[in-house]
Amino acid sequence: MPVPTVIKTDGLTKRFPGVTALDRLTVEVEPGVVGLVGANGAGKSTLIKILLGLSPATEGTGQVLGLDIATQGPAIRERVGYMPEHDCLPPDVSATEFVVHMARMSGLPASAARERTADTLRHVGLYEERYRPMGGYSTGMKQRVKLAQALVHDPQLVLLDEPTNGLDPVGRDEMLGLIRRIHADFGISVLVTTHLLGELERTCDHLVVIDGGKLLRSSSTASFTGTTQLLAVEVTDHPVDRTFDADAVLTGRLTAAGLTVRTDGSRILLVELAGDDTYDTVRDAVDDLGLGLVRLEQRRHRVAEIFSTRTDEDGDTDPHADADGHEYEAGRADAYRAAAAGGEQA
Amino acid sequence: MTTRSDAHGGVIHDIGYRPYAGPRLGRRYATRSLYVQSLRAAFGLGRSGKSKVLPFLLLGGMTAPALGMLAIALFAQLDEMPMDYPGYLAAFAVLPQIFLAAQAPVLMSRDLRHHVVPLYFSRPATRGDYVAAKFAAMFSALMIVLALPLLLLFTGAMLAKFPVGENLLHLLYGLLAAVLYALVYSALGLLIAAATPRRGFGVAAIMGVLMISFAVANITYALNGGFDPTQESASWAFLISPSTLVEALVNQLFGLDADSPSALHAPDGAGTAVFTAVLLALTAGGYALTLRRYRNV
Repeated sequence: MPVPTVIKTDGLTKRFPGVTALDRLTVEVEPGVVGLVGANGAGKSTLIKILLGLSPATEGTGQVLGLDIATQGPAIRERVGYMPEHDCLPPDVSATEFVVHMARMSGLPASAARERTADTLRHVGLYEERYRPMGGYSTGMKQRVKLAQALVHDPQLVLLDEPTNGLDPVGRDEMLGLIRRIHADFGISVLVTTHLLGELERTCDHLVVIDGGKLLRSSSTASFTGTTQLLAVEVTDHPVDRTFDADAVLTGRLTAAGLTVRTDGSRILLVELAGDDTYDTVRDAVDDLGLGLVRLEQRRHRVAEIFSTRTDEDGDTDPHADADGHEYEAGRADAYRAAAAGGEQA
Repeated sequence: MTTRSDAHGGVIHDIGYRPYAGPRLGRRYATRSLYVQSLRAAFGLGRSGKSKVLPFLLLGGMTAPALGMLAIALFAQLDEMPMDYPGYLAAFAVLPQIFLAAQAPVLMSRDLRHHVVPLYFSRPATRGDYVAAKFAAMFSALMIVLALPLLLLFTGAMLAKFPVGENLLHLLYGLLAAVLYALVYSALGLLIAAATPRRGFGVAAIMGVLMISFAVANITYALNGGFDPTQESASWAFLISPSTLVEALVNQLFGLDADSPSALHAPDGAGTAVFTAVLLALTAGGYALTLRRYRNV
């Protein structure tokens, strides 16, 4: 039976000595895949701890699956799965033994624990390796075991803390695919935290963005990415004239033809798609200038762009450039953003 | 990912996700499961073959002399066991100590080191349940190591047709001593092991505390005129070390080895009460501090 709201918080506040980790957070999350976005230290892990009933909120109330976080912690923890961010696997036991033990710790009888372990490890894509000690596993395999132990007791909700951390692009895609399946095929709601914005739009139905413990935005992924379509255009340099600025001239031509054009900082022009004839306009303009067309592809607005435009418009609300000037953090977030965008083009 | 071919050309069909509709046995069952798993882990069961070596070597070392005495009692026509039950535990006290030092970190430090603890706490069992299960497991493991040789001695005594009443009584003294050793060792060992995620540090620290306190207790005893002529007040020194604490208390309680000048015993008068109080305080204090240790994990 579906629960109307999976997570509901009202004015949730958590203060540590000298630090406010969560500041009057009011969110409502429906069944589905929900992304919890924020830079490191934004309060994501604190929120998860409070939702699991492990750490009392300083102020405010919250419910998980309709159960009160302050008083019904054990009942919540029976119905929720948690995949921590950090490594949590003892190296000298096999995945099977470990997951069976964790299933029993969730209250499953011994025989059910073994059966569910075999099923779950198969679903996350772990086969013969599951009998080997986990110390020899690759990062990808470890992440799968961590996911399996969160799913083994068939929870109604799983909290995944940075599940794609440390994975290569292929592993990341597989993990994101798994996360989609958890909701689509298994019928389990997912709250997934990440600081990689690029991952979310394909995976999540809903995004919650927090920064410095405050809620920045909570809305469906579709409203984040918008419906406007973009056309990515990349051209070669002029074959003869080296000083010829192909991008600038092309931008001028297209703007003159009534199209909205901007660059994304590299050699790619983003042209707003006005209709099918936009393709023709671009093709003709490039041909007319005698340039080579390297790339002509359709793109949606990216979640990342929402954030980069936020930076331009209003520095205060940007989640990565905080007032204390943590430039290292901000720089790293930019790098992630670029990496995420790059990964998606491939 | 609907089907997957294996090396033999067979096909494994993915029958899809099956929800779990069976019983969820909750917190107490989970705590019990953790207890069983930890007790097994204390003997290396469910872990690598290598990790079984030391605990079983120590268990063997603890029981082998009892087996030998059993054989002697049977064939040498003695009229009593070569060693009394509590005395046996005192004589081989170092083996359970090594067992504690080696295995308490197995129960506590490993979970900390590999960050498994948050996985437990995100499940129905609470922090208190976790510490209770670990304490019960350590206590039980020590009891196996301590009580098994006593039961062997008793079996030997019965086979050799020694007096049943006296042997049964002294077996009970021995078992009580075993319980007290196991309680105070578990409380201290787990507290120290929970302080460090490094197993090696845990082993060294536990062994260090037990060895040094034992040495200090004996030196203090000697300096205060414990030997020849024996001064009663010197026996207060036995409070210093957990092992002498239990040994002296049990000897005094049951009047064991009263004729032997080398036997430890708690001082006369208030000694028994104070030794009992210290023993309980050590156990309760160690347990409470361990609990506190996990409050913010």
